[in-house]
Amino acid sequence: MDEAAVLLTIVGMTLVTYAPRVAPVLLLASRALPGPVVRWLSYVPTAVLSAMLFPSLLLPAGGLDLGLDNIFLWAALPAFLLAWKTRSFFGTVALGMGLVAAGRWLLG
Amino acid sequence: MITKSMEGEGARAAWLSGVKQALPIVMGYLPVGAAFGVLAHKTGLSALETVLMSLLVYAGSAQLIAVAMFAAGMPPVSIVATTFVVNLRHLLMTASLTPGLKEWRQWQLGLFAYQVTDETFALHSARFARGETDRTTGFAINVTAHAAWVLASGLGYLAGAGIPDVRPLGLDYALPAMFIALLTMQVRNGLHVFVAGFTGLAAMALIQAGADRFSVIIATIAGATFGAGVESWMKRQSS
Repeated sequence: MDEAAVLLTIVGMTLVTYAPRVAPVLLLASRALPGPVVRWLSYVPTAVLSAMLFPSLLLPAGGLDLGLDNIFLWAALPAFLLAWKTRSFFGTVALGMGLVAAGRWLLG
Repeated sequence: MITKSMEGEGARAAWLSGVKQALPIVMGYLPVGAAFGVLAHKTGLSALETVLMSLLVYAGSAQLIAVAMFAAGMPPVSIVATTFVVNLRHLLMTASLTPGLKEWRQWQLGLFAYQVTDETFALHSARFARGETDRTTGFAINVTAHAAWVLASGLGYLAGAGIPDVRPLGLDYALPAMFIALLTMQVRNGLHVFVAGFTGLAAMALIQAGADRFSVIIATIAGATFGAGVESWMKRQSS
């Protein structure tokens, strides 16, 4: 592979990744934002996490999968319950991983 | 003298707390970063290029896509353009973190934003929602997560094709499980549950429609607009 092209691509990727990360904080952090903007931004964490999480649980291979062998989906239910009851970050991650490992072992 | 040593101790505690809070992210990054390293090795990138990409770009999904595009012989311009589209979602993330970054210096903001990923963002927004905006802890979380990402990429590269399958350990579920915990902590009332459901469905519909590269950003804008709209509407009803 052409070394120079690879390095150039990496530099380009770095710039286009950093720009959207840094622009909002440099432009917004020093000023007081209007109420409707703050309200809108307060829903971004819930929205963006849902937009990333739910497809990974329900569309693990690109298509809707509600089958019993979709371990990612069924492990999520006890994990949500534990997260809601205990607010434990570690507990939830450990339970989720444990259930997926156990599920794979059982399903062979 | 006494104040100075106490300050030092406080900074150390804040740093340790950040490292500890980042551990679930580390657990999630190890298998994903290693997977990236293995793929980079198979694609023919050098060890230096692999580690450099994790150090400089630091964006999991974009790096995995880039390696696949390298393997397919795509030109640099399309790889960079795809990276831009895939990572545009971070704009919304750092924008939503700004209320917790008041009174930070410009260079601190610049450094902090560099290490905002899906996972560190989720952790910071949960912290900020609890009123925890300590700068040292914030940087400790970011540096720990980034170090794990770079290290995992390097180890994956070294292991190459000989890396054992991580699936039997359920390590590939670390990140979804982390999102489950962080999403649950974000949900403060019934409206948040509706926003979560609405956005999740919108993202899945977009993926099914073939717009998978834009699904996160479009669904997030729609979901946040839905939440803010319903909240304003409810306020007007009650007043």
